[in-house]
Amino acid sequence: MQQALLDYTLYLADSALILGQRNSAWCGHGPVLEQDIAITNITLDLIGQSRSLYQYAAQLNGGDATEDTLAYLRSEREYKNCLLAERPNGDWAQTILRQFLFSCFQRELYTQLTKEKDTTLAAIATKSLKEVTYHCRWSGEWVLRLGDGTAESHTRLVTALENLWPYTGELFKAADYELAMGLDPAALQTNWLAAVQSTLEEATLSLASLASCFMHVGGKKGVHTEELGYILTDLQYMQRAYPGCDW
Amino acid sequence: MNATLLHTEATAACWKLMDQICDPEVPVLSLNDLGIVRAIAVKSPPSEAGIIDITITATYSGCPAMDWIANTIKIELRAMGYQSITVNHAISPAWTTDWMSEQGKEKLKEYGIAPPEKRFSIPTDGIPCPQCKSEHTRLLSEFGSTSCKALLQCQDCGEPFDYFKCH
Ligand SMILES: [Zn+2]
Repeated sequence: MQQALLDYTLYLADSALILGQRNSAWCGHGPVLEQDIAITNITLDLIGQSRSLYQYAAQLNGGDATEDTLAYLRSEREYKNCLLAERPNGDWAQTILRQFLFSCFQRELYTQLTKEKDTTLAAIATKSLKEVTYHCRWSGEWVLRLGDGTAESHTRLVTALENLWPYTGELFKAADYELAMGLDPAALQTNWLAAVQSTLEEATLSLASLASCFMHVGGKKGVHTEELGYILTDLQYMQRAYPGCDW
Repeated sequence: MNATLLHTEATAACWKLMDQICDPEVPVLSLNDLGIVRAIAVKSPPSEAGIIDITITATYSGCPAMDWIANTIKIELRAMGYQSITVNHAISPAWTTDWMSEQGKEKLKEYGIAPPEKRFSIPTDGIPCPQCKSEHTRLLSEFGSTSCKALLQCQDCGEPFDYFKCH
């Protein structure tokens, strides 16, 4: 049970950190200053959430583990982030849509966790949910703007949807540690899909051709796409090259 | 002086200190104005062993000011004679702008930041301009220069300004 709780906490932490790391590459490169600041703020929230979760995981793990050793010294196979978080930034449309799909998922997940009997997870979820509400609204507005914008922006969003949709199935498939904790992510799918679908339809996009597409799985149990190795190489470079470095 | 009185006075002095330490990102607000100091427990006053526990809570999960604030509290308490200082970070209950003092909201306005208001729980057009008081304002972005602020522009005086978001 303790192991399941630790693994689950790492799954939450890793997903937030990896998406944060992905988004952070936009810092200084956003399409306009206000949106550069927006995506960077969202990144800060995600990394902040991951810190709270890693601190808890370190406590559960015991020994010499700290939030930093968990983030900087684990390899790909030990990372449990969902595959969606590690998808490449692509263009602005892909970054926006990835954020939207993920934030809508986090909103359902954290809402469920606020009622969790583990009081630390419930507290982190309650705090994070306030932030996620902003992320959903911001990314949802951008999905509308791009989907219902110009022919070019519409095409880009359609491509992003085709690229990302096959990575959403995993979010609702229970990993062993979720089963052991009695958590059922499948129960989150109906609300998530309703929210996502309503925004996509308003943005003049259809899910019809993707309804029965193949869904990739693996991230939640440590089997990742090629992308994660490159992400960790960037993320962990300093601690790998100069072990224990501090400033 | 009896022990209880010593503790009461030492605790009061610590709360007073929290009026003097300011948020590095919004330097017009003290920690008490922000409402992030949740508890001060003097276990032993500085005239004796000098042991103290402080509990603070982050505004936003990723607020980069928290580490600076925790360190500054430690430095200042050490200067007051405390030997053993613990700063705990509480996650629950989650911080809310309801904990911001009325005085803090006034200070924000004078500083040029629109204070949080319940009627604007979601940032929107029309939040009064802190410079000219006009309500003819436009929301530029729900995200601003720090996690806690949104960015607006006044349509009358032309000044861009921050709004401290309800949270
Ligand atoms: Zn004005």
